[in-house]
Amino acid sequence: MNGITSSTALWYASRATGVVSLLLLSAVMILGMLVNRQGRLPGLPRFGATSLHRSVSLLSLLFVAVHVITAIADPFVTISAAAAVVPFAAHYKPFWLGLGAVSLDLIIALIVTSLARARIGRRTWRGVHWLAYAVWPVAFVHSIGSSTDLQSGGLRALAIGCAVAVGAALVWRMSAAIRSAPRSERVARALNDASSADGARTDTHPPLMKAGRS
Amino acid sequence: MTANTTLPPRPAMPLAGAHQQEAHQQAPPDPAYRQPAAQHLAPPVARPAQDRLPRLLPPDPATSASFRDHLGRFGGLPYRGGPRLLIAQVEAAGLTGRGGAAFPVHRKLTAVASQRRRPVVVGNGAEGEPASNKDKTLLWNSPHLVLDGLQLAAEAVGADRACLYLHRHQGLHARLAAALAERAAAGLDRVRVGLVEAPPRFLAGEESALVSKVSGAAARPRFKQPPVFERGVDGRPTLVQNVETLAHLALIARYGAAWFRGLGTATEPGTMLCSLLQADGRAGVVEVAIGHPVPGVLGLRTDVQAVLCGGYHGSWLPVAEAARLQLSNAALKPAGAFVGAGVLIALPAEKCGLVETARVARYLALESAGQCGPCHNGLPRIAGALGDLAGRPDPGTRASLERWAGLMTGRGACHHPDGTVRFVRSALTVFRDEISAHELGRCTASDHRPFLPLPGDAPIDESGWR
Amino acid sequence: MSQRLLVDPTACTGHGLCAELLPELVALDEWGYPVLDGQPVPASLHRQARRAVTACPALALRLTRTSRSEGTQRQRILHI
Repeated sequence: MNGITSSTALWYASRATGVVSLLLLSAVMILGMLVNRQGRLPGLPRFGATSLHRSVSLLSLLFVAVHVITAIADPFVTISAAAAVVPFAAHYKPFWLGLGAVSLDLIIALIVTSLARARIGRRTWRGVHWLAYAVWPVAFVHSIGSSTDLQSGGLRALAIGCAVAVGAALVWRMSAAIRSAPRSERVARALNDASSADGARTDTHPPLMKAGRS
Repeated sequence: MTANTTLPPRPAMPLAGAHQQEAHQQAPPDPAYRQPAAQHLAPPVARPAQDRLPRLLPPDPATSASFRDHLGRFGGLPYRGGPRLLIAQVEAAGLTGRGGAAFPVHRKLTAVASQRRRPVVVGNGAEGEPASNKDKTLLWNSPHLVLDGLQLAAEAVGADRACLYLHRHQGLHARLAAALAERAAAGLDRVRVGLVEAPPRFLAGEESALVSKVSGAAARPRFKQPPVFERGVDGRPTLVQNVETLAHLALIARYGAAWFRGLGTATEPGTMLCSLLQADGRAGVVEVAIGHPVPGVLGLRTDVQAVLCGGYHGSWLPVAEAARLQLSNAALKPAGAFVGAGVLIALPAEKCGLVETARVARYLALESAGQCGPCHNGLPRIAGALGDLAGRPDPGTRASLERWAGLMTGRGACHHPDGTVRFVRSALTVFRDEISAHELGRCTASDHRPFLPLPGDAPIDESGWR
Repeated sequence: MSQRLLVDPTACTGHGLCAELLPELVALDEWGYPVLDGQPVPASLHRQARRAVTACPALALRLTRTSRSEGTQRQRILHI
């Protein structure tokens, strides 16, 4: 009896932490896009969004880790430790779990490079960080296919909610990118704006804010 | 004033006394000078008199720039036989860069030669300044002197690769390719030289923009950490020298430091090439001894109101002041100007200095690489404000202009914002009477046709930076 | 050896976190870009400066340790 109970507990733990991981990863994606577009969360200073993005990504790694470890530890289905990081190496549902392994690998790469970003240099860090756009879709598809949890009821609504939120954030981020001028056109646009505004210049920030030196 | 789109101007200006000696220090015979190790294809050539001009340009504008003529005039390439051996002679000569910054060449050579990786040498002939023609003229008339200097510089720093970065002027690429082929046939060059064409941008000749373009990317300036002499082309230490500097180097290696110091001043020895634009629209390139009086270089007749010294990142000077100064940094710096890359422009009295400055400021703004916030925000606003001063002055325009100008210095990856502000500020001082007239709705100019040379107004897209 | 704050202007997009975290040393111009005075960072602010460098979303803020050798300034990017 005990074996079955503990097995069930581990299996439930894996599923539960999987759901939370999906929620957290959705939040990380949205926060990341917010930082990129220099958006601000109400009531928080500028570094609030950046700080939250960092904290939530570390938290999501924690939940993903528990999700993976409980899945491996659970004796009911055999999932090897290697299958967690080597894509499509599992015996049980190799495709869906393989996607999970892919997203875990990407998450590890992102977090390691971000922790070491001062050392590895801006170009390398940025290049790897673009992979973040792959993490969420892969994790999402993995979530839908690995178990039937998200395919009905409240959890299905949750999954759809996450998808809608991330999708909306993506549209917002892309539209801002399309509107902002490429480098070769920035000054030409600024000069045209100045002349069409009939000499009136709108400054985006108040004049120099000089804080007192301590 | 039409832009010269065919052959670069030959040195058509008479040298008009520019070969007169300026006061210089008599240096003892140069002990570091030795006979070149190998005689390349030509008998030894006698050292020319140290006070004779021209040095770099051919004495007769009609002569061709052939390899044979080059060997006949200068003799063979005096390789030293190993790295660093030339540097002491360059230091004794006191050669400084002729690209505008006047940085001591021996220090650059030493810095690059001291790096661990094998360096790359690039001769900078991009000449993005519209009013400057001296590099194209030098490359057209004396390509082999520049190529000699490139080889000597490569030897001095231990480079295994060299490059010539060229202005996209029709015929120049073919001319240099032919010159390189002649040298290859004679087995003269020890380091392979590649030709790279610069995009027609003002900033294309900036050191880090050059490195970026030669490395295969767009010709945009880069953040200078680490500096180019440590990490440049393809991540290798890179020596960047203006083509005129390389030509002087080729002569110092032949005739020695004492000879080089035979003209010029004690602190700024040697000769320099100047691009001139006279008030009547005549343009040309002359070679003068540094320290020569400005009126002797640039004809200042009574109908000149101001002189632009140093190009579009330089400074305006009132004509009376320019007339009493010499063409050296020692003389110009106290007056708020500097020699730069030797551009001298005489603004006729019948033109409007404010309108001309506003035109150039607009051009400079459009030539921003668009990377650094202060630059791509500040320069268009400054240009707009100058345009307003010229056209529809507003009581707040001047104050805004000053505020924006104050936000430019030292805040970009390159000195484009700094140079533009220097140019604009000098105009605000020198043309203050004109500004006052415009505030009252008047302009003192009688001739409103554009004077200062600018390339066409075609919009620039990303391909314009490659 | 002194530490100085530097910004890579080509990387900076004007997020402004540096001025928020280090108002004693960093001001913002009217377009949101940082203005640094180039002075050494006081020892009491070293930790805050490192925090600001880590926080910059564009990795544009740098902290350098400057020393003089052979007449040329050699700078090393300090890693956190």
